[in-house]
Amino acid sequence: MNAALFAATRGIGRALARLLAARGDRIALLGRDALELERSARDLEARGASGAVSTVACDLGEPSGFGAALDGAAAALGRLELVVVTAAVFASQDELERDPELCRRLLELDFTNTIVFCEQARARLVAGGGGTLCVFSSVAGDRARSPVALYGAAKAGLDHYLDGLDLRYRDAGLRTVVVKPGFVHTGMTEGLRAPPFASQPEPVARAALRGILRGQRIVYAPPIWRGVMTAVRALPRPILRRSAF
Amino acid sequence: MGEIHGWGRYPRLEAHETRDDDLLRASREPVLFRGLGRSYGDASLPARAGAQVVSTARADRILGFDPTTGVLRAEAGLSLAELGRVILPRGFAPPVVPGTEFVTLGGMVACDVHGKNHHSAGTFGNHVRELRMRVADGRVLDVSDSSEAELFAATLGGMGLTGQLLEVELQLKRVPSPWLRAETRAYPDIETLVAALRDASGRVPYTMAWSDTTSRGRSLGRGVLITGDWAEPAGEALRPYRFRAPLEFPIDLPSGLIAPLSTRVFNAGYFALRSRAGVRVVSPRAFFHPLDGIGHWNRAYGRRGFVQYQCVVPIEADPGIVRRLFEILLRMRGASIITVVKDFGAQGRGMLSFPCPGITLALDLPMRGAETQAVVDRLNDEVAAAGGRIYLAKDALTRREHFVAMETRLAAWNEVRRKWDPDARIRSALSVRLLGDEP
Repeated sequence: MNAALFAATRGIGRALARLLAARGDRIALLGRDALELERSARDLEARGASGAVSTVACDLGEPSGFGAALDGAAAALGRLELVVVTAAVFASQDELERDPELCRRLLELDFTNTIVFCEQARARLVAGGGGTLCVFSSVAGDRARSPVALYGAAKAGLDHYLDGLDLRYRDAGLRTVVVKPGFVHTGMTEGLRAPPFASQPEPVARAALRGILRGQRIVYAPPIWRGVMTAVRALPRPILRRSAF
Repeated sequence: MGEIHGWGRYPRLEAHETRDDDLLRASREPVLFRGLGRSYGDASLPARAGAQVVSTARADRILGFDPTTGVLRAEAGLSLAELGRVILPRGFAPPVVPGTEFVTLGGMVACDVHGKNHHSAGTFGNHVRELRMRVADGRVLDVSDSSEAELFAATLGGMGLTGQLLEVELQLKRVPSPWLRAETRAYPDIETLVAALRDASGRVPYTMAWSDTTSRGRSLGRGVLITGDWAEPAGEALRPYRFRAPLEFPIDLPSGLIAPLSTRVFNAGYFALRSRAGVRVVSPRAFFHPLDGIGHWNRAYGRRGFVQYQCVVPIEADPGIVRRLFEILLRMRGASIITVVKDFGAQGRGMLSFPCPGITLALDLPMRGAETQAVVDRLNDEVAAAGGRIYLAKDALTRREHFVAMETRLAAWNEVRRKWDPDARIRSALSVRLLGDEP
């Protein structure tokens, strides 16, 4: 597979990139920090990625650069078959309520800019005859909950868009894979108290890869979250209101 | 904030442990780095309760690998397990591995670890080409035999106290297959076991022995010699190598379950099981890291934990020393469930590196407070008198006066440390206990 990964130098993205490298896939890394991209490229080459791993500058905060970055990746790979988006930011509900600018920025990055990036990726995948767009959302998008009211809203909006993308472009050969991890121990969640079912990046990445290979529309990772979120969605509102979950 | 501890689960300390995948950022403050916390005692614990310690395990990228020369450079948090997974299928192996593969490159440098091939390959530090480290004044340096050689030598085996390790460049070993041909043979007492061990080390690259510290009299120290080498790719050794996740030890067993009687029973059973001579083709894990097959086996010792004690004694000068140490253990009911015996080759480059020519013993002792302290004190009296020394990566109970008496190289090492970190800003619970640092 020829894969372009946006923000895969650390965390779940790094773990997924390594699984692709171990399969011998061709990889292009998109991201903000050139030095970090280079270091990750060497890592993936040592782990079996096919040929040289190329790196392309791309910042989730700069949507005007998305198109050129994807073109750069496509040029390096030859043909774009898989685009993975793990780029996102996280902040706690308290932080977001205290800081309106942080709140605006999170909504912009996790909703608007992520969708703008997906649109650019979708256009190129469809034009190239089809492929897979794998986007990391979150279980937080499944139902509004008090500790993730804002973050969850951005992810719910993203899920809605990706759902529509599947309806609109599946016949054109676009496979949309939405990965919904629960709490994962990464740099993004460092210092937060881990809730039940907290996971590590590797099993989440393995579930995501399975989903990509099977063309699964929604991947809960680890899979236990499918059941957990089914239960959460079924919770009567008065109970949800009183719970801290 | 949470309780942290080494592999022996003694001592325990409240600490602020953070994980960072960016070691350049994490090293802006001169805090203690720790890898996967597999040193047994207090080497990876901060100097006082509540202080910070940074886990490097997320900084695990390979930064360069040349399959023609076998030179590999990686971030200090890369684990040996992960390294093996990447390089074994490509015909390379780590040059030196300790008893567990859940250790980081940085940790292996800091402890200057050794393995079954010490007599033929020396310590891990012998195969390190260059280190990138941040010293206490904030500078980032590439150190090697040819650049800041003194700091380099003080850092190999320097227990992370000379600076924070960011990157490690090492020379890998080319191997004919990812499998090993292992041979097992039993010996009736400690003298024949040690003689066989030393004889085998003259011929075979990997040797070690397991010895029964609970058998008495004529069969004192009886044991099993395990030798091996990388297998040529034929027959069974043609299988591809597969990494399996360990089975997890599910619960804390009650402390005290591993007691003298159960240890005797275990040792007798193990001896009976393993004493059949034989040759087998085995995986690197089965050969080098048999206990890694069970995740968190340290839970078998319960909440009170255990201490490991490892010493090396010069056997040429004092042929009776190993038997005397075994007799002390028997007398003080310090039975150990897994006692490893190994002969060492020449001393390495590390200024505080543990191995030196002689015989090393590694014992697991269930932590029973003052009783265990007394066993360690008594062993240390004997080891110090014989001109031996202890392994800091294992130690939790050695007293400062014993350590100072054994470690003739300490003054020279202290001088290098003082030069790079005059205020001892990078320190650990171990450096407080054994070097007299401020907590």
